[in-house]
Parts: sequence; C-alpha cells; structure tokens
Amino acid sequence: MPSLNDTIRNSQIWKSVFRHPMPVDRRNRVVVMLTNFFLHLHPVSIKKQGIALSYTWCMGGVTFFLFLIETVTGVLLMFYYRPTLEWAYNDILALRDVTSMGVLRELHRWGAHAMVITVWLHMYRVFLTGSYKPPREFNWVIGVILLLLTLLLSFTGYLLPWDQLAIWAITVGSNMARATPFLGHEGPGAQLLTVGGIDMITNASDARFGLLGARFVGEETLNRFYVLHCIAIPLGVSLLLAIHFWRVRKDGGISGPL
Amino acid sequence: MHGDYSVFLDRMSGFLGGYYLVLALMNAVAAFYLWESGKAKTIFRLGRFPVTTALLWLIVSGVFIVIAPIALGGGAGLLRLPRAVEEGVNRFMDPTVYTLGSLVILAILFVFRRFFVQPTVAWIMLNLSLLVMGLSMTNPSFADIVTKPDNVPIVAMVYLLSFFTWLSAYRAVQNDDRARRGEPPLEALENEKVLVWPDLVYIELICMVALTAVMIVWAVALQAPLEEPASSVKTPNPSKAPWYFLGLQEMLVYYDPWMAGVVLPSLVVFGLMAIPYLDFNKQGNGYYTIEQRKFAYVTFQFGFLVLWVTLIVMGTFLRGPNWNFFGPYEIWDTHKVEALNNIDLSEYFWIYMLGMGRPRAPEGAGELTKLGYILLREAPGILLVLFYLVAVPPILAATVMRKFFVRMGFIRFMVLANLLLFMAMLPIKMLFRWTVNLKYFIAIPEYFLNF
Ligand code: HEM
Repeated sequence: MPSLNDTIRNSQIWKSVFRHPMPVDRRNRVVVMLTNFFLHLHPVSIKKQGIALSYTWCMGGVTFFLFLIETVTGVLLMFYYRPTLEWAYNDILALRDVTSMGVLRELHRWGAHAMVITVWLHMYRVFLTGSYKPPREFNWVIGVILLLLTLLLSFTGYLLPWDQLAIWAITVGSNMARATPFLGHEGPGAQLLTVGGIDMITNASDARFGLLGARFVGEETLNRFYVLHCIAIPLGVSLLLAIHFWRVRKDGGISGPL
Repeated sequence: MHGDYSVFLDRMSGFLGGYYLVLALMNAVAAFYLWESGKAKTIFRLGRFPVTTALLWLIVSGVFIVIAPIALGGGAGLLRLPRAVEEGVNRFMDPTVYTLGSLVILAILFVFRRFFVQPTVAWIMLNLSLLVMGLSMTNPSFADIVTKPDNVPIVAMVYLLSFFTWLSAYRAVQNDDRARRGEPPLEALENEKVLVWPDLVYIELICMVALTAVMIVWAVALQAPLEEPASSVKTPNPSKAPWYFLGLQEMLVYYDPWMAGVVLPSLVVFGLMAIPYLDFNKQGNGYYTIEQRKFAYVTFQFGFLVLWVTLIVMGTFLRGPNWNFFGPYEIWDTHKVEALNNIDLSEYFWIYMLGMGRPRAPEGAGELTKLGYILLREAPGILLVLFYLVAVPPILAATVMRKFFVRMGFIRFMVLANLLLFMAMLPIKMLFRWTVNLKYFIAIPEYFLNF
C-alpha cells in the first residue's frame, strides 16, 4: 500500500499545483526554483558568500518580510477601523479593550517601527559593502525611493489612531510644508507669486493644504492619509519592490568581490 | 515623593531582576561557546593556571546572577548610580556636550578601530553599556522616557546599529589586513556555488520564523500607545514629530522650517541617490573595507551616525517641554526657562562692529527702495553665504580636493562639493550658535527668508 504521503503527492490535484517532485535530489532542486512562482525570484544557485549572514545580515529580506506582516495585519485592521472623526479613535480603543484580535494593532505598529529600522540597516549594509557601485547604481536609487516611501507609510499611518499623539505629530511634521520655498504660504518667495495683486499661495492653496486637504489636521486629512496609507503608497512600494528584486538578479546577483 | 519612589522601585524590580538574569545568561552562553569551540584566549596566567576569556565571562555571569535576586528583592537593595553622578551628568550635559561628545567618541572608535573591534573589547563595552542601562533604570525620569512604548524601538535601534557597526568594522579591519598582505578579502574565499534550495531557502525560512516569534513576543509584551482623543485646542508640550523625523525637528533649533524641513531633507534624499554617481572609487565593491574607501566611509558615517542618528536620539530622549534640553536623569519640568538671546549677523556687523544702527528704509519708501535697504542691511550675511557656496568649491578643487576634481570633471565635482557644503551647514551653524549665539546669517523676515 502506498503511504498517505505518496497518495497525496501522486494525486492529480497536487501535481497540478506543484509541477515537480520533491526537491530531494539535485535535478529537482533546480527544477523547483524554475517552476515555482515564488521561488523563481531567486537564481538556481548562488555564491556561498552571497547568502552569508555576516555579509548581507539578511536585512533586505527581513525588511521585505516585515512589509508582508504589515500588509496582512493591515488588511485585517481595515476590517475594524473606520477613518472618520466619529469612529477612528473609538475603533482603536475597541481594538485595545474589546476586540479579541486586538493584538493585531500591536503587531502592526511595532512592525512599522521595526521596518523603518531594518530598512536603515539594509541601506547601511549596502553602503558598507560598496554594493551601490557599478553595475548596481540604479538599484540603489530605487532603494532610496523605497526608503522614502517606507517613512511616508509610517508617517501616514501615525495619524490614523486619531489620538493626541497622532494629530500633534502630524501637525508638527506637516507644518514644515507651509514653509516650502514658493509653494508654502510662509515660505520664502511665496509673496512673489501674485497675479493682479491677488496672492496665489495662501494657507488655503499651498503645499501644506495639498497634503492635509484642509488648513489644519482634520477629517479631510484623516481621509487623505488613510487612502495614501492603505492604497497609494503600498501599491507604489510593491511596484518598486518588484523592480528592486528583479534588478538584484539582472545586476548579477548579490554583490561580491570581483 | 519618597513614597512614590519606593512604589516606582518596586515596579521596576521585577523587570530589573529579569534583565540581570538575561545578562547573566548572555555571558554564560558566551563563556560556554568560547570554551567549547576552543576559541577562548588566555588573558594572563595565575601561577600555571590560565585565566581565559571564557573564565572571565563566567565570572561576569556569576556577578549578574548575584545582582539579579538583589534587584528582584526591590526597594533599597536595588543597585543604582550614586545621586551625585546622576546630578553631575545632568548638570554637565547640554546640546553642545552631547553632540560634540558623540562626535569625539565616534572619532575615537574610528581611529582606534583596530583595538575596539576585538571581540573581547567589544563584549566588555556591551556589558558595560547594559550595566549602566540597568543602573539608570532605577531613575524614574530615565525609566519614564526610555520605556515609553514608542521609544522602546529606538533603544533597540541604538543597540542594533552599534552591533552592526561593530560587525562591519570587524570584517573591514580583517580585510584591510589581508589586503596589506596581498590576500583577497574574506568574501572572496567563499565563492563556490551552492544550490538556492535548500541553502538559501532554508535560511529565509528560519529568518521568517524567528522574526515572527520576535514580533509576536514584542506585540504581546508591549501595548501600543493610545492617548486621549485628538483635540486641536489642547497642544501637548512637547509636541514631537514621529521619532524618525526628530533629527529634522532638532535642526529647527538652528534653521527655519524652510531649510530644516524642506531644503535640507530634500538634499538628503537627492544626495543619497547621487552617491553611486559621485563615488568614482572602483575599490571596495562587494566586500567590507574601510581603508580602501576612507573618504566615502567617513563622509557617510558622519552624515548617518552623527547628523541623523545621534540627533534622533537627542530629540527623543533629551528634548522635553518647549524643546528644552534635559539631562538623561532630569525631571521634565515645563517651567524650565532657557535664556534665548541669539543675535543676527547683521546686528553683529552694523551695531557691534560699526557702532551704528542697522540701515532702515525711510518712512514711506517704495517697495524697491525697501528691498534695497534690506539687501544692504543683510549684505554681510549674503556675501558670506555667496562666498561659501560660490567660492569654496573652486578653492577646494584647486587645493585639498584636487584629485577629486581631476577625476570627476567639472559638473560631478560641483555637485559633490555643494552637497558636502550643505551637509556641513548644520554643524557650522551649531558651532556659531554655541560660541557666539548667532541666530541667522541672513535675516529677512519680511520675505520669510531667514538663513
Ligand atoms: C522596502 C525596502 C527594501 C526592501 C524590502 C529591500 C529588499 C532587498 C533584498 C531582499 C535584497 C537582497 C539582498 C539583501 O537582502 O541584502 C536587496 C538588495 C539591495 N538593496 Fe534593497 N531593499 C529595500 C530598500 C533598499 C534601500 C533603502 C536601499 C539603498 C538605499 C537598497 C539598495 C539595495 C541594493 C543596492 C541591493 C543589492 C545589494 C547587493 O547586491 O549586495 N534597498 N534589497
């Protein structure tokens, strides 16, 4: 009698999903890398040095994994959270006191902090090994944009609990925008932008207004940050991550001494 | 007050007991590892008996094992820093001492890196820093700010960064030694190929499992903060941006928002992106080294560790109400006042040097006349800044950075020089503020252009 294991592995269903036998021998270890969508991001074989923890610290991988954790916990949090002045704070309060899966919020918040830290560490490693040098210049540039988007993800999320910590941190952070040269109503040069004696740049039309959707941090801001946080920025990050990983391969795999 | 303090100590004692136990365990593991792998080094001999590093860590572990139950007992038995030391640190610390002190310490670590990267030395420093941390946790002000839920990650970051800085320097020193002997870097020794399944896939899997475990423990142990509902009329004091932007908020002490919040951050992003196109040094690609790319290393570390990380640490832990500076053991007193009498360069020039008033447009003058007077008033600062941005790059190109100029060509060199000059603006302004209370080089509040 074939074992249960064998029965499952030889079933039509299993074989339709996994197009290769168990990767126990050399041939199938190669095949698995080529036929599995998730694994095909990787090359089939790699220099030993490229996977050494003492070299990469696995920091890019850890950052990516934290991004996945954030995505999953974030989607679940969206089930509980409504971005309106009436509900936002109370929904978070309920996550703490009522909802049985409230620990999701902790996972999401600490994951966000951790991701900011690991993305810095990843950049630090890439710099210290000189891995931005040719031919990897462009991937470094993509990385810098990813770093920026990671910070913006964290920044937009900071507002959503709608407590004192949230709105004042965002107020302090976004106050800068009103001093943008030319585009902020308290920025140098903004006075020059007048048409027929009417100021073009006012507190209801400047860069800060564009960011907040209002003259101060209010319901419009909450909505704007919610959409940025849950849709726009994650989409941007996903796209750039795809390019980032693809470029790691196209630039010749993980860097190493020539 | 005293009652409060003993309540506080009792609350801390459980945490500290566990903390010292972890330190004991950490040292015991180190001792065991060294002993078992035969990597223990003999420090000196007692008669014929060798005192090795393994024995040393075992003893340290024993000390922590003794401290742990004392800490658990709580109350007066808790080990803490002498009051006088805490007060001395508070009195001694200010932004100048903190910033220059961090710079000096990092410089010492860098210059004597050969000494500091030795695992034994690094381990001693780790133990000492953890011990000071534990002792400091018996101070309510210190404990309060360090254990704020949103600040815990920053403490972790400081330790992680220290560790990885050590690790990279450790490898770089080894590689630099090898290069001097004409040997390839360590990374080149492992260039045989392995299959990604199982070698890499399993590493990734283990990383994922470990990370998930860490995140779950962290999430269960530490509750996310939730303060009172938002109110646009009750401004908290201090009002702080999210922690990763606190370096920028700290810059606001020295520059107006348009510089600290817009121009300089944009240049940071632009400058980071420009690195691969400015660094023409072909060496040091794909392995750790310091010697082969000293300029790039020092510049980056100055920007990252000094201007970014230490400012974040200061903004988080040492800036209290009204953004005043507080020592690590100081109570955050809302009423602390700091004398602020900073003086503009134009005041220095016209009033103190020339002994006359600052030029002012006559009553009822037209816009253009007013602008002319403003430019005249600020002429010293404007000329100074123009000199800095326009004249310094060519001077650099002709003197200390001649080699750079020749290798890079005009445009690339100018971009590099200007980025470096902008990076130097913050420390320069800091120095002027600390020494002569300089407020603005150029002060044109009429046009929101203070610099
Ligand atoms: C969301 C953020 C990011 C994720 C998830 C990510 C992920 C990764 C991963 C998984 C790798 C493979 C090697 C490794 O793990 O170290 C990698 C490599 C690389 N990353 Fe990132 N990265 C991110 C941000 C950045 C940033 C901020 C930079 C630089 C400013 C950067 C520059 C690079 C470069 C140049 C490589 C190639 C390194 C080499 O070949 O040694 N990445 N990234």
